[in-house]
Amino acid sequence: MSTYSFDVNELTIAKAFNLLEEGKVTSYELAQALLERIKKLDPKIKAFLYVNEEWTLSQAKEADEKRKNGERGRLLGIPLSIKDNILIKGHPTTCASKILQNYLAPYDAYVITKLKKEGAIFLGKTNLDEFAMGSSTENSGFFPTKNPWDLERVPGGSSGGSAAATVCRMGLGSLGSDTGGSIRQPASFCGVVGMKPTYGLVSRFGLVAFASSLDQIGPFGLTVEDTALLLEVIAGHDTYDSTSAKVDMPSFTQRLKEGKKVKFKIGVPKEYLLDGLHPEVEQNFKEMLSLLIKLGHQVKEISLPHTKYAVAVYYIIAPAEAASNLARYDGVKYGLRVEGRNLLEMYKKSRAHGFGREVKRRIMLGTYALSAGYYEAFYLKASKVRTLIKQDFLEAFKEVDLLVTPVSPTPPFKLGEKTADPLQMYLSDIFTIPVNLAGLPGLSLPSGYTQTGLPLGLQIIGAHFKDDLVLTLAYQLEKALSLTNIPPLIKEV
Amino acid sequence: MGIDIKEVYKIAHLARLELSENEGITYSAELSKILDYFSMLNEVETSQIPPTFHPLTWDTPFREDEVKPFADREEILKNAPELWEGMFVVPKVVKAPQGS
Repeated sequence: MSTYSFDVNELTIAKAFNLLEEGKVTSYELAQALLERIKKLDPKIKAFLYVNEEWTLSQAKEADEKRKNGERGRLLGIPLSIKDNILIKGHPTTCASKILQNYLAPYDAYVITKLKKEGAIFLGKTNLDEFAMGSSTENSGFFPTKNPWDLERVPGGSSGGSAAATVCRMGLGSLGSDTGGSIRQPASFCGVVGMKPTYGLVSRFGLVAFASSLDQIGPFGLTVEDTALLLEVIAGHDTYDSTSAKVDMPSFTQRLKEGKKVKFKIGVPKEYLLDGLHPEVEQNFKEMLSLLIKLGHQVKEISLPHTKYAVAVYYIIAPAEAASNLARYDGVKYGLRVEGRNLLEMYKKSRAHGFGREVKRRIMLGTYALSAGYYEAFYLKASKVRTLIKQDFLEAFKEVDLLVTPVSPTPPFKLGEKTADPLQMYLSDIFTIPVNLAGLPGLSLPSGYTQTGLPLGLQIIGAHFKDDLVLTLAYQLEKALSLTNIPPLIKEV
Repeated sequence: MGIDIKEVYKIAHLARLELSENEGITYSAELSKILDYFSMLNEVETSQIPPTFHPLTWDTPFREDEVKPFADREEILKNAPELWEGMFVVPKVVKAPQGS
């Protein structure tokens, strides 16, 4: 048992911040307690690719100094973890790929600059599917992460390390990236809140690119309030990302408090209640609909007729963009180099040895979809169907304020269960992918547990730049549900 | 819609990936299955539908063309596999002249 004046399992960013402000705890003590937990727990969970105790403690000390000198910061002294595809200057960024095993980031990502400005401190970098390509963290080039609720199951992916670290309180929150569900699905599988903001709300400068028309950085939190705070800190216009939006965003944390009693018109897409939906997922989702009605919201069925094409569209567009983005790993400017007899052979060998199976599969798929003779049949066709998928949502948002769906068609699956069949793995993203294709904000809220104690999640989707409404509804539901999210495994730590 | 091994190797060459024979066979089977799944898109009528390349479109942002020196040139170069006098070194790409 810990000897600290606080119970780590009870901490949130908001609570830890109050303790720090009241002088009841120092950031140094907080960082020490969380590092101790990582030491004890992470050999089982394997959420981290990089932890640097000395670095963390020196940041904590600095935060304590700043506080003593009267400096302010909304995250001053709060320890967070960061997905290892986001650059923190002077520290490794590997994307869980052997090709970047020795890469040291020469600059800070925009979101890191923002977090540092508010005084956050970093515990380390979290595991992911290589280059964020995957739904289980099993595609990591180093090792898979385990689900803290059941070590035989996956934590989801690709940001599985961030989700697992957050629910284990190895860091009081985290940043991940979401290209087709990579924040929302692991958040759901691990029982924490995870949000993919509207495309353009958060700068991707310093995020290693996977599929540029889909990638978004977003926060993981133990509560909706923490998630809203992190989003508020990292959002904003950045001239270094040409897709960064110039919009005035309200204070998300303030909106939550103001919106406690707001009633919404909520749509339920009938195409999401498909055959093959796990019975416990379906049961839980129906309970959520009853709860929404009980809270006074209007719930109505709507239609998103092109839903069934979303996975096919995504697995053409995302690999096509990835094939282009990953062309930069050529063994010349950075990353792994394997010598060859000439330049071409050096390229081919470096890439063959550096990339893992799934990354190569997607590069091949994307190259094929863009190659002469197939561009129109695949890439262009998919981009047109993408228009229809987006239009479905725009039509729906003429009638309703928000949409709700399950996050994943199944509870967390077992390690190895889907690795042999790539298509089965792809289909597990069926509820999260359409949101990226349309660029909408989506949030995963813990909504209950299966009979065997595995977390389930509800997805809340909003119209473009209605991130505040998404958070407001999540906050209302969180209060009404008042679930605890402490995995049995961490109670003994 | 299938993709045979010969085509797999062609794609791998375009993508600058060396493939072993086993990988060629595996990718041919896996990619064929995935491409089969994609064929469902053919049932959607799209002749009048414009493509979407970005979920949200706004005007291309312009800025002044100013030089902003990057402070840590060395930090960037440190990541290179091979350097010479501040330049990236690659295997020789020119042939030696005849008779030399």
